[in-house]
Amino acid sequence: MPTHRLIVPLLLCWLSFPALAGMGFDEARHLLVRATFGADAASIEQFAQFSRRQAVARLLEGGASVTITQPPAWAEAPFDDPARLRDLSEEEKRQYLRERQREGVELRAWWLREMRNTPLPLAEKMTLFWHNHFATAMQKVKSGQLLYRQNLTLRRHALGNFGELLHAVAKDPAMLIYLDTVRSRRDAPNENFAREVMELFTLGEGHYREGDIKEAARAFTGWGLERGQGEFRFHPARHDSGEKTIFGQTGRFDGDDVLDLLLARPETAEFIVGKLWLEFVSPEKDEREIRRLARLFRDNRYEIRPLLMALFTSDAFYAAKNRGALVKSPVELVLGTLIALELPIDDLRPYAFVTRNLGQDLFNPPNVKGWPGGAAWIDSDTLLRRKQFLARLGRAAEMPGEAMRMRREQEGGGLAMRAEFALTRAGRQMDLGGWLSGLPGPDRRQTARAVLLALPATETARAGDDAEYVARLLQDPVYQLK
Amino acid sequence: MDRRHFLSSLAALPLLAHAAPTPGRYERLLILVELKGGNDGLNTLIPYADAEYSRLRPRLAIPRDQVVQLGESAGLHPALASLKPLWDGGELAWAQGVGYPEPNLSHFRSIEIWETGSASQEYLSDGWLARVFRAAPPPAGFAAAGVSVATEGMGPLLGARAVSVSDPAGFVNRARLVNVAARPANGALAHLLKVGEDIRTAAQGLDAHTEFKTEFPRHRFGQACQAAARVAAGRNVAAIRVSHDGFDTHGGQANVHERLLRELAEGVLALRAALLEKDLWRDTLLMSYAEFGRRPRENGSGGTDHGTAAPHFLLGGGVKGGLYGQAPSLSRLDGGNLVHTVDFRGLYATVIERWWGGDARAALGGKFPTLDCV
Repeated sequence: MPTHRLIVPLLLCWLSFPALAGMGFDEARHLLVRATFGADAASIEQFAQFSRRQAVARLLEGGASVTITQPPAWAEAPFDDPARLRDLSEEEKRQYLRERQREGVELRAWWLREMRNTPLPLAEKMTLFWHNHFATAMQKVKSGQLLYRQNLTLRRHALGNFGELLHAVAKDPAMLIYLDTVRSRRDAPNENFAREVMELFTLGEGHYREGDIKEAARAFTGWGLERGQGEFRFHPARHDSGEKTIFGQTGRFDGDDVLDLLLARPETAEFIVGKLWLEFVSPEKDEREIRRLARLFRDNRYEIRPLLMALFTSDAFYAAKNRGALVKSPVELVLGTLIALELPIDDLRPYAFVTRNLGQDLFNPPNVKGWPGGAAWIDSDTLLRRKQFLARLGRAAEMPGEAMRMRREQEGGGLAMRAEFALTRAGRQMDLGGWLSGLPGPDRRQTARAVLLALPATETARAGDDAEYVARLLQDPVYQLK
Repeated sequence: MDRRHFLSSLAALPLLAHAAPTPGRYERLLILVELKGGNDGLNTLIPYADAEYSRLRPRLAIPRDQVVQLGESAGLHPALASLKPLWDGGELAWAQGVGYPEPNLSHFRSIEIWETGSASQEYLSDGWLARVFRAAPPPAGFAAAGVSVATEGMGPLLGARAVSVSDPAGFVNRARLVNVAARPANGALAHLLKVGEDIRTAAQGLDAHTEFKTEFPRHRFGQACQAAARVAAGRNVAAIRVSHDGFDTHGGQANVHERLLRELAEGVLALRAALLEKDLWRDTLLMSYAEFGRRPRENGSGGTDHGTAAPHFLLGGGVKGGLYGQAPSLSRLDGGNLVHTVDFRGLYATVIERWWGGDARAALGGKFPTLDCV
């Protein structure tokens, strides 16, 4: 039919001029590097054909809670209560903590593997965002099992509903331990959780009074653990069921009521959107845009998907001044490099040590505020470690002596040393020149720059072979940006 | 006009900016010791003679016979007993009741107030030392104005010509990887380029290999003190910052706090011994700081919640030992918390004016009384 004759060439035409129809290579790269853990040339080209809306819809597809690799066997074994630590002898205690340390490495490696290989990278990225938002650390919880379970809770709600997420995390066993809710009693309420839930999880500093914290602490009394299974349990005898006055409202509030009071306040949506802004858009807040998105978030009753759709399709997100304006987190730097250079690495244990050395120890944020992020990722110490990691990857072969020297510089002993050797092996396997020669385009070096750098390089590269060329791009300060 | 505005307009006036006297005494070193998490001051410098103390703390009060008495009213936690000889030798001073008006009980906001040297309702972006060094820069030949050792972030050095170093030898070695480039840049790239430049300058000057006869404790704080001693031995930085982490003792405080204070004393003593070896102790001042102290009344978890004022120590060869300021009253609390008696900016003014011989007003945005302890 004649119409077909017309449509097919049109379709071909549309496919071969993606810039006319889709968002194009640069926007696609920008979106993928920010909203996922990194992108290789092929996926950038694929997304370049989509409109912004199509691209973000693609990233928001799929259910939640998908994990694609087996967790370590102990993660789902019967609960081993860290409270039993108290009854152990010194020697048993050391043994116990060594075990937890080994589990910690396996758990971090498992999550990095998920991030590296997930078909739902935005859900995974948001899981990390929520881990940083509801920061909970191994240091104090001392149970890999509880942190694994918390991770499942975070991923279940990662793209779901913030209100549901807040209620779930407040009752999450690792959180109950981390912020001392388990220790709180009606006759002596502990303020730790009540304070942080307002300051860091919902309203932000300055939007509550000290009196609100004291009263809220009373409402959370009674929330605790069922020790045998390590699950949430309400202990009525420990609960203060009297009247409390919070934000000027009086009632016999319990913990869930307090969370609902927090969700009812407009500051909560602005606080969360402000944090997403700093994570995904720019270090400079655009208050008008943040208020617009916060309103949308509230109108959608804290549904996360519509908010992210609006955020990632906004002109502000793609504005020229916001390109390359954010510093990559250690996880983004490490995984982004493996992904962009298409390195087939399955055992991510060594990289758990790398991200720790760069200042992002998964499951172990420095405190309840999480990692400060942004420019704070970079100080002289971490910048040098970043460059050293990239230099090691970029070197085709490395002296074992170098690895030994590195090991002396680092804490952690045996596991860390094995990690160093594994990294050295990865460096040997990596063929930067080969990667470059597989790139599309008439000018492959130009394609390599477009894939790896968010802004023009600070140095114009001198002549050299392809491998050297790529190694120098990795050392460019701009490579630290997204 | 708010104070930030006032300060920036002040800096814009070249005549006034140049009028500030330049201190020439940066050969004298300041080492800040951050007690991260908010140290329980009442169980550090203990008002053992006050009956309220044991009444407020049925489980946590240190029994009178275990307190290391420094006088009739105050004494040290037994884990700090090894500091007693320094007290007896007149090298250890305690500033009591250090805090600020309208105290903020958030870790993050309060440490920001302390590290920027701001008022409670004032938001400054640079660390207080950065402002001191801007008004009166340390010699250009110094490796850096300040070094933050083995801890996160730059703290009071944020914005200064400063580096963060966890292992001096590794730092100098890796500095080769940094290439210095100048170009117009967005905020993040400008930050990267500045850090690169600070690294290059510092790496040329830092002395990474000084050895000491002194053995340092193997715990984290002890190792940080060793790195600090190495940096100090180069005699080419004005300030060093180290942190000792874990003071946020909401529960089960007794054992944890005992260990933290013991490690603190061990680290500080090793640092002192190492600097005595290099004949640097006379020119070194250690001073502690933290976001806040803790609530006088213990909580139901065998711990203490966030509080306000706390004592801080000043220690060094040039220190005039003793107790300074007023111990806060335990019977006249404000909302259950101590009322401060010494403004923390008075401690900073003491460092700037009495230790470095500078003018504190530009950096602190006002006049704060100094302590006569250095």
